Amino acid sequence: MSTQLTPILTRFWDDPRSWTLATYEKHDGYKALKKAVTMPPADLVQMTKDSGMRGRGGAGFPTGMKWGFLPPPDGGPRYLVVNADESEPGTCKDTPLMMAAPQLLIEGVVITSFAIGCNHAFIYLRGEVVHVYRRLMRAVEEAYAAGYLGKNILGSGFDLEVTVLAGAGAYICGEETALLDSLEGRRGQPRLKPPFPAVAGLYARPTVVNNVESIASVPAILLHGASWFAGMGTEKSTGFGIFSLSGHVANPGQYEAPLGITLRELLEMAGGMRDPNHKLKFWTPGGSSTPMFTDAHLDVPLDFESVAAAGSMLGTRALQIFDDTVSVVRAVSRWTDFYAHESCGKCTPCREGTFWLKQIMERLEHGNGSQDDIDKLLDICDNILFRSFCALGDASTSCITSAVQYFREEFEAGMHTSAAEMFPPAASTLFAKETVSA
Amino acid sequence: MPSDDKRWRIVETRMRRLGSRPDALIEVLHSAQEAFGFLDDDALRFVSDSLRVPPSKVFGVATFYHHFTLKPHGEHTCVVCTGTACYINGADEILSSIKAGLDVKPRETTADGKLSLLTARCLGACSLAPVATVDGAVEGRVSSSDLVAKLAGL
Ligand SMILES: Cc1cc2nc3c(=O)[nH]c(=O)nc-3n(C[C@H](O)[C@H](O)[C@H](O)COP(=O)(O)O)c2cc1C
Ligand code: SF4
Ligand code: FES
Repeated sequence: MSTQLTPILTRFWDDPRSWTLATYEKHDGYKALKKAVTMPPADLVQMTKDSGMRGRGGAGFPTGMKWGFLPPPDGGPRYLVVNADESEPGTCKDTPLMMAAPQLLIEGVVITSFAIGCNHAFIYLRGEVVHVYRRLMRAVEEAYAAGYLGKNILGSGFDLEVTVLAGAGAYICGEETALLDSLEGRRGQPRLKPPFPAVAGLYARPTVVNNVESIASVPAILLHGASWFAGMGTEKSTGFGIFSLSGHVANPGQYEAPLGITLRELLEMAGGMRDPNHKLKFWTPGGSSTPMFTDAHLDVPLDFESVAAAGSMLGTRALQIFDDTVSVVRAVSRWTDFYAHESCGKCTPCREGTFWLKQIMERLEHGNGSQDDIDKLLDICDNILFRSFCALGDASTSCITSAVQYFREEFEAGMHTSAAEMFPPAASTLFAKETVSA
Repeated sequence: MPSDDKRWRIVETRMRRLGSRPDALIEVLHSAQEAFGFLDDDALRFVSDSLRVPPSKVFGVATFYHHFTLKPHGEHTCVVCTGTACYINGADEILSSIKAGLDVKPRETTADGKLSLLTARCLGACSLAPVATVDGAVEGRVSSSDLVAKLAGL
């Protein structure tokens, strides 16, 4: 019980004007790039493989291996696309990273592009975060002016153009192939795989799609070495990651720690539950798309393997924490509403299934459930899971099936009593004592 | 251009700067919505002609993304996050206070055209929950009374 925080990506976030190039350069900024351009690109790919880093965007695919899947250069363009869509409920790591340290991401982009032989990289941002868009645009301008982007970077002969693009509000555009369609100016709907983006991605050219945090981790790996990175975390889940804590905790926020840390340790660092009189009831290890955990899972090491063995997924390390004032039915109903709203409509199990799940969850939330609603929920989930076109459909079922598994009696109560009656929402809120004139 | 409204110029310049490529559709719709506040038939047709993208595709994209709106907005916009972290931290109460204080519901505009109210599903600032944005500026840990006072004073 002594895992320490490892501020690496977050190390200078509280510096004044941390987002400027000047501040970044004070903190070893672009040192890794200077080293990278003297190395053979293949060595950079090998280094990333050796570090064992697994993608930070949710699925945990080994990053170096992904880069290695690109076919050999054929003279045509190949692309790096940074997935900065971050829309998974509860996930707030990429957005603060880009606000506090945009240059870190840009340096990662240049090194990665150099490693995979890409001369045009894209950063795809979700449309709602206009403040992040402005900050990234400014950071890219600064990097161009300093010669870290553009032609003949640091005299190496390597050229790189970076384009920042904003989506327009659709969770599904975080799915990598939907993102590529959106980048091409279309409705963001997933593509059939194969071909995988590495073979035919953006404009049908070889493309690497990586999460913001994955790319931002590259400079540190290069500076300190693959074995330094692999020395943190666990054997199969190496390195550090940003854990976003939200909900009923005293100090919510981003905690950068080695993978394998437990919620118990993180909670202690975050000052415990917000109200010590209320116990932890349930939490998500990786955002709403991952099956929920309860207080029985406080000591599950938060690495890919252990979380999977305990029946969930590490996902994006979005720890949403709910105390015993919260109705699980109400929370699940909210998530289900999200998935029904965000289903892109391409495939039937998800489009129709989430619609029905939402109707039933609303009934249960308002105490109007019928006798067979729980069975119906589980049956619909069974018809969606592994039968939908992309992972959004699967994700929509995980909060329901896990909630029924741990809190079946609350769903049963939904047949006669509303969630608001059993768990008055005012008890969960931050300003519960404030009165609102009706 | 559909009319001699100067704002069409802005949209046209933007299109030209993007090389009038069909794949610039989303960016162009962003600028058109920024200029006019919403996308009407004239705007969609103008974009469709200029980028040589079929009207059906332009309409498809404009209706797929939640950010684009085909209806006019109020002078100011407030977005209340109703994502999970904000929901359990009182997003509901914020919305009902706004309804009580300013008589406007999500996706509506006040009768005087001053304020449009929208909701979002997680603005990516959950640790600041509950979160709202007023004319694009993010406000964290908002209390409903402060927010209503602020909106009333716009
Ligand atoms: C519905 C859905 C939403 C997703 N949203 C995101 C996202 O917002 N950000 C992200 O990096 N990956 C997201 N992903 C995962 C991506 O498809 C992809 O696996 C990831 O960007 C790969 O990057 P990594 O290997 O660096 O993790 C999403 C996947 C699905 C199915
Ligand atoms: S599972 Fe849902 S989001 Fe994915 S393709 Fe099917 S309808 Fe679209
Ligand atoms: S739920 Fe409101 S910012 Fe995430």
